[in-house]
Amino acid sequence: MYRYDDYDQQLLDERVVQFRDQMRRHLAGELSDDEFRPLRLQNGLYIQRHAPMFRISVPYGHLASRQLRKLAHLARTYDRGYAHFTTRTNVQFNWSPLEAIPDMLGELATVQMHANQTSGNDIRNITADAFAGVAADEIVDPRPWAEILRQWATYNPEFAYLPRKFKIALNGATEDRVVVRIYDIGLDLKRDADGNIGFRVLVGGGLGRTPILGEEIASFVPWQHLVTYCESILRVYNRYGRRDNVWKARIKILVKALGAEEFARQVEEEWAHVKDGPNTLTEEEVQRVAAHFVDPDYETLPERNALYEAQLADSKPFAAWVKRNVRAHKVPGYASVTLSLKKTGVAPGDISAEQMDFVADWADRFSFGEARMTHEQNVVLADVKLSDLHTLWQLARDAGLATPNIGLLTDIICCPGGDFCSLANAKSIPIAQAIQQRFDDLDYLYDIGDIDINISGCMNACGHHHVGNIGILGVDKNGEEWYQVTIGGEQGNATALGKVIGPSFARAQMADVVEKLIETYIEYRHEDERFVDTVHRLGIEPFKQRVYGGEVQKQRKVAHA
Amino acid sequence: MPKLIKNGRVVSDDWQIVTLAEGETAANAVVPPGRVLVPLAVWQARREKLAGRADTGELGVWLNGSEGPEALADNAARFAVIGIDFPKFTDGRGYSTATLLRTRYGYSGELRAIGDVLRDQFNYLTRCGFDALQPRAGRYTDEQLEAATASLADFTVPYQASVTHPQPLFRRVARGIPPQVKS
Ligand code: HEM
Ligand code: SF4
Repeated sequence: MYRYDDYDQQLLDERVVQFRDQMRRHLAGELSDDEFRPLRLQNGLYIQRHAPMFRISVPYGHLASRQLRKLAHLARTYDRGYAHFTTRTNVQFNWSPLEAIPDMLGELATVQMHANQTSGNDIRNITADAFAGVAADEIVDPRPWAEILRQWATYNPEFAYLPRKFKIALNGATEDRVVVRIYDIGLDLKRDADGNIGFRVLVGGGLGRTPILGEEIASFVPWQHLVTYCESILRVYNRYGRRDNVWKARIKILVKALGAEEFARQVEEEWAHVKDGPNTLTEEEVQRVAAHFVDPDYETLPERNALYEAQLADSKPFAAWVKRNVRAHKVPGYASVTLSLKKTGVAPGDISAEQMDFVADWADRFSFGEARMTHEQNVVLADVKLSDLHTLWQLARDAGLATPNIGLLTDIICCPGGDFCSLANAKSIPIAQAIQQRFDDLDYLYDIGDIDINISGCMNACGHHHVGNIGILGVDKNGEEWYQVTIGGEQGNATALGKVIGPSFARAQMADVVEKLIETYIEYRHEDERFVDTVHRLGIEPFKQRVYGGEVQKQRKVAHA
Repeated sequence: MPKLIKNGRVVSDDWQIVTLAEGETAANAVVPPGRVLVPLAVWQARREKLAGRADTGELGVWLNGSEGPEALADNAARFAVIGIDFPKFTDGRGYSTATLLRTRYGYSGELRAIGDVLRDQFNYLTRCGFDALQPRAGRYTDEQLEAATASLADFTVPYQASVTHPQPLFRRVARGIPPQVKS
């Protein structure tokens, strides 16, 4: 994990001083609400439905155990005893008192954490694969590159007042686990024929009101030029991105208006000036940063472990958990564990202070003191010995963190929606819970297999509904809450946007609607076909028929009467 | 005389910023005598007439938010002062314009941020090459402006290359490789 040196720490401490003074001037009336807004947003502070919402950055999702304990402490001391993990690997507190934010920032700084640029029209938290460094399919470890970009983006004076927020994600594996095509810049790490590292650059992706998938503008930018190339993209965007209309201000609109080819040409033109300039990376700097991400001291272990295999044979629940929540590791004798924050009855992504302390303890005991957040709002312990899995499972089960549902229908991505977010058109959490309650039979869930349900409370798409196999979007109709359903969306290598199946539904109908979609799938699926593949093969029609069947007939009757 | 921050200190200023009044065009706008900053359009429309004043250091030009540095390109050096207007402090185009004037077009005269300029932007503005900061008249009292100079030093060891720190941190100092890192 990246550890601060004196320079990192000094910058962070200076930030705390700066924000404390800004808050003081705001409370003293010297800084108006309008003037204070971008400043507080750049420090993660929203004014929300119930109270301020405070969003803390977790760069590329990595958390040291002491950082987790600090989050638990903040949850207890200043908030209501829990936190929410988001799709952008940030941590949100929903009830933090405004005046306490500078103190909370101060406490975070003692464990090398902060809320830098977690909101506002700047370069946001950079995300990467939760299994970076341990995945067997990894081509290049994205973490050093994410850290290099984090440093470049932090307090970058030229890009703090962009037309709109700006999100960057990196993938270094053959399987895309970060959904690179939905970010303003998506970076795919590659090796050329000689083994040199470089980046395939995708630009102009984003969800929100106008969902667009990013397009390639460079197939291989050699690593030395990572920063200067990104700088060129940002400069073109800062200068020519639209500022007249907030809905058209994302870089995706600029790329679309110019065409990816023309946009690429403008970036190349800008790049010609800065390429080989001071921001060009050096071998030394890359090595310095990479040295923070060396493998932990793995033991030399056999591929298989007899005790573990006996435990698997012995306990069906343990085996079920291993099947869904445990992944193969590049090092023999180790595995990566996903702790589920998707237990029925708990808002997806919510984690209590007590649970954060537990995870910190397990991280220390089983996984070299480190935990990771996933964009699906779960937590990963990346380096667990096979021989420890059973113990960890028992502990996690007692703490409510061992729901064996990773990748299944109840592992729902869900934004906070109308319960917390002042932008919401509808509630999201009760929909997730109704679906989880309806599908409470594990055997049925396993039979349904891999499926993503993503829920957003409004078209801002924080819950990634566009790329859910089933996407649910809260919409407002004459002041009432309704839900629009898309199917066929997908994340990963085949990232795709879902299609709307028809008119929206009332909240009470939603579990039924999902059930009908699933029944249709079960009826039509080929052997070993995932839900989304069936949708792609058949189109939305049969699903639509099933869901609207009754109503469609009723409407016809009325029409003939 | 209005005050502004120049090279980190509050000073009085005798430059006048010319804006087009209603009904005025770039061709007929009144350009008063003395030290003036005229809109780019006025300069472009009346270059021959105004060149003499520019060359004696009495005339500068200011760019609005959408006017890029290219508009001045080979001319930049002849102005004693170039202003860049911030129509709103949240409009960040001027940061790129300033960066380009300094790093690409070689401008070394006074670069002044005008318009909606707030103390909370001072550090970033300076790092992008502004050496003069002129908040709107009346936004700050003299005492507040004096206090605001503290914001210039908000961040002292920035990571990335910029105008005031032409080399990024990793080239400015030896940061070293930490001993085997464990969490
Ligand atoms: C509660 C306060 C929140 C507010 C005010 C907020 C605001 C917004 C807004 C305005 C957008 C629109 C983006 C666009 O126009 O393209 C957006 C998108 C997004 N937000 Fe949030 N959000 C909140 C919470 C969250 C949470 C809890 C998450 C994660 C669970 C999140 C992650 C995202 C993501 C991933 C997008 C994706 C859209 C894209 O990439 O274009 N936000 N949010
Ligand atoms: S999708 Fe809408 S409702 Fe949900 S968190 Fe984002 S802004 Fe709020």
